[in-house]
Amino acid sequence: MKRHTPDRLFLNLCRLAAFLCVSILLAVLILLIIAGGSVITWSFLTQTWQHQAIESGGIAQAIVGSAIVGIGVVLLSFPLGLGTAIYLTEYSRENIPKRLIELAIRNLAGVPSVVIGLFGLAFFVHGLKFGSSLLAAIATLSIMTLPWIIAASVEALQSVPRKFRDSSFALGATRWQTIHRIVLPAGLQGCLTGAIISMARAMGETAPIIMVGATFYLTGFPHSLSDRFLALPYHTFILATQHAHPQAQSYAAGSALVLMMLTFLLSSVAIGIRYRIRTRKVW
Amino acid sequence: MRRFQSRLIDGSMSVVFAFVAVLTVILLLGIFLFLVFNAVRALQTIPLQDILLSANWNPVSYTKPVWGILALALGTLIIVLLSLLVAFPLGLLTAIYLSEIASVRSREILKPLIEMIAGVPSVVLGLLGLLFLAPILANIFQLSNGLNALTASMLVAIVTMPSIASLCEDSLSELPRGLRDASFALGAGRASTIIHVLLPAAKSGIAGAAMLGLGRAIGETMIVLMVAGNSLSVPRSLFDAVRPMTATIAIEIKEAVTGSMHWSALFVIGLILFLLTLGLNIIVDILVRRRIHT
Repeated sequence: MKRHTPDRLFLNLCRLAAFLCVSILLAVLILLIIAGGSVITWSFLTQTWQHQAIESGGIAQAIVGSAIVGIGVVLLSFPLGLGTAIYLTEYSRENIPKRLIELAIRNLAGVPSVVIGLFGLAFFVHGLKFGSSLLAAIATLSIMTLPWIIAASVEALQSVPRKFRDSSFALGATRWQTIHRIVLPAGLQGCLTGAIISMARAMGETAPIIMVGATFYLTGFPHSLSDRFLALPYHTFILATQHAHPQAQSYAAGSALVLMMLTFLLSSVAIGIRYRIRTRKVW
Repeated sequence: MRRFQSRLIDGSMSVVFAFVAVLTVILLLGIFLFLVFNAVRALQTIPLQDILLSANWNPVSYTKPVWGILALALGTLIIVLLSLLVAFPLGLLTAIYLSEIASVRSREILKPLIEMIAGVPSVVLGLLGLLFLAPILANIFQLSNGLNALTASMLVAIVTMPSIASLCEDSLSELPRGLRDASFALGAGRASTIIHVLLPAAKSGIAGAAMLGLGRAIGETMIVLMVAGNSLSVPRSLFDAVRPMTATIAIEIKEAVTGSMHWSALFVIGLILFLLTLGLNIIVDILVRRRIHT
């Protein structure tokens, strides 16, 4: 009996920690709704932004800008990430080039976003002369998402059983035929969850886009990838810190709430796909 | 003929994939080289001790610009250590709960939820800090405003906690089942099995998780930009306003003239951040063979 009290104490401490973590998520949502729920109306979502009269405008440009960035990042980094994952799982042997590539991926994942922003500014904006633009932002954010997509894709492809490949080779298929007829169809859903989660994270990133292309002073929508743009996290940031209007912070919370909803929606889709893979697929 | 054709496609595809994969190495090297390339002007003109050992940062002064990053680095250090002090125990205990205590069902629910915390954009946390946490802490500690190192650390802890929890959980659940069985067979309870058997066995992974958390905290930008108080003076307490290195880059890079000394000095800060996180990542790599954590 004496031994069991500290035992239970420790186990409850762990329970409490896990509960606390989850309640953080709930708290974030509830506080955002308290702070910004009241400004969300249909016209807030669909009207264009007015700098002077912020009550009369909406965040349409920010939503469109974020959507373009999210989609652009996936279009650019998903093929590259999937290709790298295919190389790592299907082609390479356990040798030094493979170890080197894996080391580079892990370290790339650890580079702070503001440093990637510096690189984007020096290389994409000035070096390649993209200018401050959607294109520069998409390219910069793609460097951040690349390691995440590779990680998810490697995991998905590795979970395709070895015997699938062996059977295909035994029938005389080449490696590429095996990959695109057998391995990819079996593992693609898992790779896609990685792409969706990366898209959500990219849309929430703020520091890099401050540096390479977002702007607050936009009258219309961007017409091409070389235009500057407004995005939800940037809109939130500027309104929260640099706008004199007394209600600015409520509006900041409003667009933060929209951003969170988008992020949650995308994450839920990814989690749903993953859950389906695990319950339906019996290999 | 058909066979020849499929061989040809097969061969060229393997080259394509190898090329794509090497791109990650090129990117990492490219980031490093571009940072060095842009930092070189400042590194050549300003003596290194004037950058690293001076606490005065005023790159736009008309009379005598100074480039000491010590105050900025101290701001980073305080926030990183303080946030780890919160996030590490919380992450570790959560990992223990997930791996050793929770039922399969609650684990299935909790793991995605914790992953979603990692997906909360840091600008959102910064905003909530401005609106709620800062006023509350200012009230509790009788401060004029709550924009200081302590407030920022609490929020940075939320950002680092999920990756710490996830790496700790991986290293706990990789431990062989036999360890637990042997400990139970000797009459140890669940808590003492965890504390005296499993945690020591997983210690390198857990240390790696702490290092990973450090790296995340060093790189966090938006939170410290919004709630750390944005002060260039040397912090003397946890309640002082600070401006960490990441925030300095984000604030000043838009004002710096491309290629100027100011611009170059900001790239020096970027280079330092890059090397710090690279070093931490390599330590994690040595401590634990891992998958890539996002």
